[in-house]
Amino acid sequence: MKISNQDRFSFPVLLIFFGISVCVFILCVCLGSVMVPLGDTLAVIRNAIARAPQPELSAVPIILNVRLPRVLCVFLTGASLAICGAAMQGLLRNSLADGSTLGVSTGASLGAALAIVFGFNVPSLPFAGTMIMAIIFAFLSLMIILTLAYRLDYSLSTNTIILLGVIFSMFVSSILSLVITFASDKVKNIVFWTMGSLSGSSYANAIVLFVVLMICGTVLMSLSRELNAFAIGEEEARHIGVPIRRVKLMVLITVSVLIGVCVSIGGSIGFVGLVTPHMVRLITGPNHKKLMVACLLGGGTFLMLCDLTARMLLRPVELPLGVVTSLIGAVVFVFIYANSREVKR
Amino acid sequence: MSLLELSHVTVQVTDRSLRRAQRKTILEDLSFSVESGDLLMLAGPNGAGKSTIVNTIAGAVPYSGRILFEGQDVAGFSSVERARRIGILSQSHFVNYSFTVGEVVSMGRYAYSPSVFSAKAPDEQEQIEKALEMTGLTPIRDRSVLSLSGGELQRVFLAQLFVQDPQVLILDEPSNHLDISYQQQIFELIFRWLRAEDSRKPKAVMMIVHDLSLARAFGGKGLLLDQGKICGFGKPEDVFSETALNQVYGTDVAAYMRKLMEGWNL
Repeated sequence: MKISNQDRFSFPVLLIFFGISVCVFILCVCLGSVMVPLGDTLAVIRNAIARAPQPELSAVPIILNVRLPRVLCVFLTGASLAICGAAMQGLLRNSLADGSTLGVSTGASLGAALAIVFGFNVPSLPFAGTMIMAIIFAFLSLMIILTLAYRLDYSLSTNTIILLGVIFSMFVSSILSLVITFASDKVKNIVFWTMGSLSGSSYANAIVLFVVLMICGTVLMSLSRELNAFAIGEEEARHIGVPIRRVKLMVLITVSVLIGVCVSIGGSIGFVGLVTPHMVRLITGPNHKKLMVACLLGGGTFLMLCDLTARMLLRPVELPLGVVTSLIGAVVFVFIYANSREVKR
Repeated sequence: MSLLELSHVTVQVTDRSLRRAQRKTILEDLSFSVESGDLLMLAGPNGAGKSTIVNTIAGAVPYSGRILFEGQDVAGFSSVERARRIGILSQSHFVNYSFTVGEVVSMGRYAYSPSVFSAKAPDEQEQIEKALEMTGLTPIRDRSVLSLSGGELQRVFLAQLFVQDPQVLILDEPSNHLDISYQQQIFELIFRWLRAEDSRKPKAVMMIVHDLSLARAFGGKGLLLDQGKICGFGKPEDVFSETALNQVYGTDVAAYMRKLMEGWNL
């Protein structure tokens, strides 16, 4: 028997979540190929915020120009992907739905790659071209997968969704390979999108992520009651008065925008949106009002830890972030799938 | 004016299983009405279109014709307006996530504060408590719905419907899969809701049943459906008459029932 979720997640727990996120954030700024003492890190951050003059330390440019923007971007990307995962898992009533399992991230990467190959650019906005293409392709991917899924199996069962996601990902990957074959001069640029890394992130990236996350996150959180209803069942949601089509479209567009922006900045980083909501749900319960807030912090923290692993594990060689999350995520995925089958039996 | 009225409702779907897609008629020119205080029992063989009627009234199926609620066309209602007037209980529920009983029941209030910003009705909590009390769910309100039995889960969704406080309840085989004691409980709850005197609004219940003895015993009105057409509408004893049933079900219904009851010495 399960314990009640009603009072397991409250304001103090949220504060603990927040505290852990801040600690991990500072830890990630300190650790790396060059170790910076905690005191120095805190002093540099404090001075930067207060616009005070910085001490004469070799670590100052490392912290301010490399680590801080990177960790910020990692946190924001993790938070965005996790909240997307939570929203999709609620909407589709399926705890295995996520940008990476459905093939949305792969679709977005294809969009970004095409933008590079065909030189699709928005004047005076350097990364807007890839971003717009990534968003459009993320949305198209979602539409294709869901239309197919509804046609084949109206109940949107786990098997159908996962199978379609796999097939779609393979299809898109092969197109991506095709693009790479024909555009051999841009291979290095394109491969970046398929692996996922936030090593070169700038403050500009962080600001874009932050703004988009604020807008999309607010939209998704304002739909938490609708998502709760969808999590019980689409039919039930209709019966209690949820405007099904409108809510579905709003969630899908919002999720596409968020995933598209994340992919255009950090490439395809898989499984964060799958694993985080699943772990967070164990603490908060399935109610989206609590789940999504906790996912923001949990997803950010999870990805920061993954990024730390990517940097530290085989120092000084750095692993691509997407590889680390996929390694962890794939194992957890099998675990969740096995568990969900047991429940049915 | 009727509480709920279906006027010349026809539902057609495109059958893709055939080589050339064909239009297939599921409901054909259906007209009937539900008056205030009615307890309408809807019966018919499998595939007669009973559940399609429910889905059509729920707005999930495209149809031609008109569905009127107190004279107003429901097609003009927003989803929230519809939910405040018509409440629907599905045949079966498959919940995947461990929501608590209390959480699921309180979702029934959605139609009254659809936006996170809209103010909650002052009596909201009271309504929820009342529904939990009425359905006997108060002791298990903090339990996960995943741990409930079929009968308990059905009561949870019935409580959600009571919280939704519609004027017409439409129930798709509410006692499906339930043992006799649960069946009885569910029916008593529905009767209590219909006869509750504290309500100022006119109310009615429309219920799909497979069990013909239930339909005859409890129904205030009956509707017999066969192949998407109405075979009888009116008093249950007239509608579910021996000749009509034998014709629709293609078997000697009365003889079968007598055989079932033989060993009981009632």
